Amino acid sequence: MSAIVAARRAQPLTPPAPSASEDSRPVRLALTGAALVFLGLFLFVPLLAVFAEALSKGGEAWVAAVSEPEARAALWLTLKVAALSVPLVTVFGVAAAWLIARFDFRGRRLLLALIDLPFAVSPVIAGLVFVLLFGRQGLFGPALAEHGVKVIFAVPGIVLATLFVTLPFVARELIPLLESEGRDEEEAARTLGASGLQMFWRVTLPNIRFGLLYGVILANARAMGEFGAVSVVSGHIRGLTNTLPLHVEILYNEYRFQAAFAVASLLAFLAIGTLVAKALLERRIGGSR
Amino acid sequence: MLRRQSVLPGFSLSLGVTSAFIGLLVLLPLAALAAKAASLRPAAFWATVSDPRALAAYRLSFGASLAAAALNGVFGLLVAWVLVRQPFPGKRLVDALVDLPFALPTAVAGITLTTLYGPNGWIGRHLEPLGLRVAFTELGITVALTFIGLPFVVRTLQPVIEEMGTDAEEAAASLGAGRAQTLWRVVLPTLLPAWLTGVTLALSRALGEYGSVVFIAGNMPMKTEIAPLLIMTKLEQYDYAGATAIALVMLFASLLLLLAIGTLQAWSVRRSLGEAAS
Repeated sequence: MSAIVAARRAQPLTPPAPSASEDSRPVRLALTGAALVFLGLFLFVPLLAVFAEALSKGGEAWVAAVSEPEARAALWLTLKVAALSVPLVTVFGVAAAWLIARFDFRGRRLLLALIDLPFAVSPVIAGLVFVLLFGRQGLFGPALAEHGVKVIFAVPGIVLATLFVTLPFVARELIPLLESEGRDEEEAARTLGASGLQMFWRVTLPNIRFGLLYGVILANARAMGEFGAVSVVSGHIRGLTNTLPLHVEILYNEYRFQAAFAVASLLAFLAIGTLVAKALLERRIGGSR
Repeated sequence: MLRRQSVLPGFSLSLGVTSAFIGLLVLLPLAALAAKAASLRPAAFWATVSDPRALAAYRLSFGASLAAAALNGVFGLLVAWVLVRQPFPGKRLVDALVDLPFALPTAVAGITLTTLYGPNGWIGRHLEPLGLRVAFTELGITVALTFIGLPFVVRTLQPVIEEMGTDAEEAAASLGAGRAQTLWRVVLPTLLPAWLTGVTLALSRALGEYGSVVFIAGNMPMKTEIAPLLIMTKLEQYDYAGATAIALVMLFASLLLLLAIGTLQAWSVRRSLGEAAS
């Protein structure tokens, strides 16, 4: 009995005995091992497989697949859709975050719920609603057809569907950030005579810049990678309304697996870039708080 | 609208921009869905949503999503726990990798998982002799939905485990609790609201998921056809009324889950505030 007491007292010098506040070493090793095996099989192997399949017929086949005219047109369209939708989503995100985080008004909670709504809606339904609005049998379909405007099965429909699915990203990043910064600095700037614009550029924006960039990067990744919603409104017209993810699907369904994975590897690069940017920015955001 | 007097500018401008976007991109499209739904005859609506093929699709979508959310509940907790509590080399890299399902376009995830778990794939090849067919079965659908939902559980739990610290566990230990007792009576109750929130978020995402599932699903009506795919099929046949009817059922389920998530998050916040106060 006294030996146990003595051992307890000497604890800092001896290896820690199994305690109730900490798992024993074998348990910790087993948990870590299990988590790493799971993540390896579930996340790392798929990422590796994209590149292995893309290069399964050598570098030349990869280059050939990504430089086909249809692949180039798909890449161009994907960049165009992102370039049109991401700035709009950014403007919305900044405005919505400013409104939600800085003002108290009736309907604020409802507005917050509406901002979040696109996250809860299936991408297929996100596409469907625009078909119901602008499709041939849709509400505005006949009027649009009269003026020769095509929205569905054309680029405007793809941009609209992309806007819908990416709408919450920037706002969701900025709202908690603005709330935690508080309004003191901005109120000080105003009291000292800064105009609204001066206050925004000199005080607000520098405080939220990393969070803003983070939201923009996430929105961009989703804009370039969106499949379900875009698939509904695109009509899959090759060279015209095919984005990169849709092109991947077409190649895959034609059993051109290596070409499908070669194009997919471009999107996987985008994903890796997004993850790296996210990891770097998260530290900056964490540091500024 | 009422607002508190403030020296901060931009209320009208930000309200205008926000309302314009929400109005045009969220409310107008949802109004179109509601208008289409209102134009359906109740009998036709009921016939569509209770069609055996539709019932099989809901059953599959809910079953596979629940299974995937449960798997994520177990593995997500494990991963979050290890990432917060255990030091190991390359931890930052592994931590960044957890977000891969968010960042990787769903179509890429779909074709990759199908290839990996196919009969000749790196993983499927070893499962086939064991009698486990994954690709083109319900199991494959569950695998894809688990992939897509994992970050929700991990990212919801991680900050809570960090914030929890080890004080409560040490206190429990010093009061004579065993490790199992500490985990069951101290750790799990603290994590419960966040854990449930993460699992519900994963479930909500899985229910609507399309891109990562269609490739691995096999898409056989009555067997491996998920509800979002059924909406897609009806749209491709220009059956807008049918697509809208199924979409309404799924949207209703999503809204219920959204409500559940809101309640769980409020519970989570209340709990952490209560602890901070005491």
